[in-house]
Amino acid sequence: MSHTTQQRLAFNEPGWLDTLAAWLLGLLWLLPLVYAVWTAFHPAEFSTRFELSAPLTLNNFRRAWEAAPFARYFFNTTVLTGMILVTQLVISTLAAYAFARFRFRGRNLAFALVLVQLVVMPDLLVVANYKTMAQLGLVDSLLAIGLPYFASAFAIFLLRQTFMSIPKELDDAARVEGAGALQILWRVYVPLARPVYIAFALVSVSFHWNNFLWPLIVTNSVNARPLTVGLQVFSAVDQGIDWSIITAATLLSAAPLLIAFLLFQRQFVQSFMRAGIK
Amino acid sequence: MPKPRPTASCVPTSNSRLGVSLPPPMEHRQHVIHIWLMLLPALLLLLAFTHWPVVSTLFDSFHSTPKGVRASVWVGLDNYRVMLDDPVFRKALANNLWFAGVTIPLSIGLALVMALWVNERMAGRALLRMAYFTPTVLPMIAVANIWLFFYTPQYGLLEQVSGAMGLPAQNWLGNPTTALGAVTLVAVWKEAGFFMIFYLAALQGMNPSLREAAAIEGASRWTFFRRVQWPLLMPTTVFVLVNAFINGFRMVDHLFVMTRGGPDNASTLLLYYLYEVGFSFWDTAYASAITVVLVAILAGVALLQFFVLDRRVHYQ
Repeated sequence: MSHTTQQRLAFNEPGWLDTLAAWLLGLLWLLPLVYAVWTAFHPAEFSTRFELSAPLTLNNFRRAWEAAPFARYFFNTTVLTGMILVTQLVISTLAAYAFARFRFRGRNLAFALVLVQLVVMPDLLVVANYKTMAQLGLVDSLLAIGLPYFASAFAIFLLRQTFMSIPKELDDAARVEGAGALQILWRVYVPLARPVYIAFALVSVSFHWNNFLWPLIVTNSVNARPLTVGLQVFSAVDQGIDWSIITAATLLSAAPLLIAFLLFQRQFVQSFMRAGIK
Repeated sequence: MPKPRPTASCVPTSNSRLGVSLPPPMEHRQHVIHIWLMLLPALLLLLAFTHWPVVSTLFDSFHSTPKGVRASVWVGLDNYRVMLDDPVFRKALANNLWFAGVTIPLSIGLALVMALWVNERMAGRALLRMAYFTPTVLPMIAVANIWLFFYTPQYGLLEQVSGAMGLPAQNWLGNPTTALGAVTLVAVWKEAGFFMIFYLAALQGMNPSLREAAAIEGASRWTFFRRVQWPLLMPTTVFVLVNAFINGFRMVDHLFVMTRGGPDNASTLLLYYLYEVGFSFWDTAYASAITVVLVAILAGVALLQFFVLDRRVHYQ
């Protein structure tokens, strides 16, 4: 009997070799970030010299902040991600509800047309979408960056799955009490799908905070440039490559998401999980 | 068994005999209008920014790029012929296949190992999970800046380490033979933690009695993985595989910072080349043709998943 117990313990417990390897990989994974933090918080002469006695400084952050309109970039990115998230939530909630709870002619075709976007993402259609934005006179505006992402097949799919799992009896009960379709959606479905909304919101915000190619293409001035594009423009200018300033700017632009992630780690990880399980 | 009675719509009515279909009851018609109103914003936006662009891109790829007063004309397959003879396109395609071919198995393999580790009771498990996942929330552009510094000749971290070990100096991003490998590594680093999450979710959803049964049977860890965990993880693997494939053709942000596709196009990828053709050389017709190729590759993968992989995979 003791043999079995021992074996079971050995079976569950990873060996020291596993732990060592896991930690080595973990350190390797954190190394770039640690390196960036070191460089950003120390004077330039220590950016490649690792001495524990090196003085700490916030000077690099101050200089980076002054060297480019980062305040404006932060503002743009915040407005952009907020705008995209709100429209995505409203538009996909309505569509998901229609797909989940009603039978109508052309439903399958309409749903298939939605799913196309899961594969043919706006990121690939930049040439045609740029042409459209130029025709609409929207080039170099936050709206132009957001428009192709307002309808999200991913959100519609995710919410439809969630809505379908909500018992129909709740629906009927509300209908008996005289609630209309939109009222039922708002009072019954949306509250019950809250975890999925949070999950999607986190995924969406991290995607659009970090998005780069389309904003790069469709903006050409400080007015509409988000952080990612601003950072690229900033670091592409050869200013004798002052690494400490560039890494400071880099950390600045990643900071809001990074800090949010460290604070709400569990929520983040679970949200990404939830969004992945269909 | 009684014969199924004809449904209402099959019964000829006086109206349909006149060639007019019976209108649905008023209430029902209103209902249908409501449904389509709910779908309208999503469908309109998708039509404008997904379906129409696909059609117009295909259309443009058979035309020439308008230049000044010269309007665009029908050129048939010319853009595709140019593509076949374009050494840069061929380089970008070959690079992209290599890039995808390395990042997909490597990031998925690492993700699986990471998930198996942090699924166990291991010292500092929460911290490890965080370490693996952190790259996912960082912007690729920011990450690329850090890695650029990493790879920098002479005083970059990599050079300092290899110098200390007595290895010869290397310019990782400036050398055509190492540039693609260097940017591929960044992609693997960025993606593995993201895929780990999905494996971890699947592992945590597994019935614990499977493990107990295996332990009582005296199965080795490897046997348990191969015979129990791996087959049960198959749906997750398919999901991750499709995502990895799409990302393999979409992830180009880091090139803008690290190599700009160079040196001598050694690290260029399809989407990056598409950007250059479309927005540096402004050859929109040729860029459209490249877009068509990219969309065709991804659509092919999606269909493959739909018709082949999904049917072979054993779902619980």
